[in-house]
Amino acid sequence: MIATAGSHTSTYTAPVTQTGPVVASLESVCKNYGNVRALRNINFRVRAGEVVALLGPNGAGKTTAVKLLLGLLPPNSGRVRVFGGDPVNPENRLKTGAMLQVGRVPETLRVREHIDLFSTYYQKRMPAREVLAAAGLEKLSDRKFGELSGGQKQRVLFALAICGDPDLFFLDEPTVGLDVEARRLLWDEIRRLISRGKTVLLTTHYLQEADALADRIAVINQGEIIAEGTPAEIKAQTGGKKIRCITSLSSGVLRELPGVREVQQDREAVEILTDEAEPIVRELLARDSQLSGLEVTSAGLEEAFLALTQDSARNNPEIRIAND
Amino acid sequence: MSTAAIALSQQQAERSPRHTARIYLKEAKYEFLKNLRLRMYTASVLSFPLMFYILFGLVLYAHQALGGTRMPTYLIATYGTFGVMGASLFGTAAGLASDRGLGWLQVKRASPLPPFAYFAAKVTTSMIFSTIIVLALFALGIVFGGVRMPIGEFTRLLATLVAGSLPFSAMGLALGYFTGPNSAPPTINLIYLPMSFCSGLWVPFMFLPKVVRTIALALPPYHLSQLALGVVGAGAHETAIVHWEVLAAFTMICLGVARIGFQRDQEKMYG
Repeated sequence: MIATAGSHTSTYTAPVTQTGPVVASLESVCKNYGNVRALRNINFRVRAGEVVALLGPNGAGKTTAVKLLLGLLPPNSGRVRVFGGDPVNPENRLKTGAMLQVGRVPETLRVREHIDLFSTYYQKRMPAREVLAAAGLEKLSDRKFGELSGGQKQRVLFALAICGDPDLFFLDEPTVGLDVEARRLLWDEIRRLISRGKTVLLTTHYLQEADALADRIAVINQGEIIAEGTPAEIKAQTGGKKIRCITSLSSGVLRELPGVREVQQDREAVEILTDEAEPIVRELLARDSQLSGLEVTSAGLEEAFLALTQDSARNNPEIRIAND
Repeated sequence: MSTAAIALSQQQAERSPRHTARIYLKEAKYEFLKNLRLRMYTASVLSFPLMFYILFGLVLYAHQALGGTRMPTYLIATYGTFGVMGASLFGTAAGLASDRGLGWLQVKRASPLPPFAYFAAKVTTSMIFSTIIVLALFALGIVFGGVRMPIGEFTRLLATLVAGSLPFSAMGLALGYFTGPNSAPPTINLIYLPMSFCSGLWVPFMFLPKVVRTIALALPPYHLSQLALGVVGAGAHETAIVHWEVLAAFTMICLGVARIGFQRDQEKMYG
């Protein structure tokens, strides 16, 4: 089941597919920074045991949503609930682990010292050895934070999020700026959390990441959730095929063909997004005998995502994008 | 709110006093270690007062006296004030401005750390560094400057100077809330250095021009240095209680300003 919010409507009801108890929710939440509307009437729920990805481009409002759920920001209107209460409740903080985007972490403390300090904050602390192992930091425990690489630093932040063995995790862009290798390592660590039945909300602008980790994806753009569903549903929603070819037919003509969703010029070739490739290909070949370079591929999440966000941008030309 | 959410296990998270004490201790311990390893901090905060003391107290004016107090003793009080002020301002303001501006404070706030423990750690660390500076001045003075004083006087001087860390830590918190990660250190210097000069921490107070001496009456380091000088018998004419009152009032004002900054941050975070 999939639901999309028409961008012109301000109410959006999340599809109820899961049945676990709601552990975190944004209910009709608006958040403005001055006159920039970062979140526009968002409804969003995370249920126990779920792994939800909040997927969107930079400035979509992902970080703002996480900060609201962590009680770091108050909403302008609407209600934020974590474990049924206010996110700033001290009991909630004991059951929540957060990985945020940080500009600078104290660099002169060693990895094990950072972990030792954060573990002290929690009631049930994980043994340091387990935390180091779970974050892949065993060999780095004596290093000072300032001496670590980008990927290693992210793993320390991850370690700080898990060291109190909380039930609910908020991971804000956990792999931003990491190379492929480091990203895969962190994915493995997140998967280990998931396998232990933890609830995870992660934000990302990497579609691959949402696809690889999440049970459910909520696509957020310009402060609104524009689509929500399983990764497969999100892909299905925008049709599965991309046709690429060099043709003399104008893009206006191509757009008129039945079943065509999107036509894009890419250098000398044209790219057509559609639900079903065969009828379009038949039509193309019939109309243009000179057609060359024909390729048909499955549209990935990338195309689905682009189509979704472009739709919403086209309908809301006046929206200003907030930087998060 | 869904009933299911309430049904989730809501184990009561009462923290034992022992656990709370452990958090405060650990937070202070790592704040201290963090600053101790920060060469920028230790180099400027420790070495400047000690270097000045060696130069003026032990080399240039070692055999002079001011109103019956030998210079090596007199300058422990003034460079002690200078050192305490630097350690406290840089220890609180620079760290806070950086933690706030670059997101680390948010990670702390999202964790179960009691908010007060974060500030207590900064103030405690400033007091420990203040103690180290004053003890180092004493050690230099005793070994190389022939400084001798009764143990009671020594204890009172140390206690006065270390207590003097509080108003400057409060000032540091206020500054840390209204400066950014890059602007904090220059802003501190812009306040700290002229204030030290005008309060007679570099040049003995009586040698300053009259207009500067008038300005000094409004400056907290002047009052702290007069309290310290009072212990070694070189204070000005005001009674000690006046100096304590000024420092207490200054501390309250700074804490008030810091509180405004704290509340502003709860509403609107940077980054």
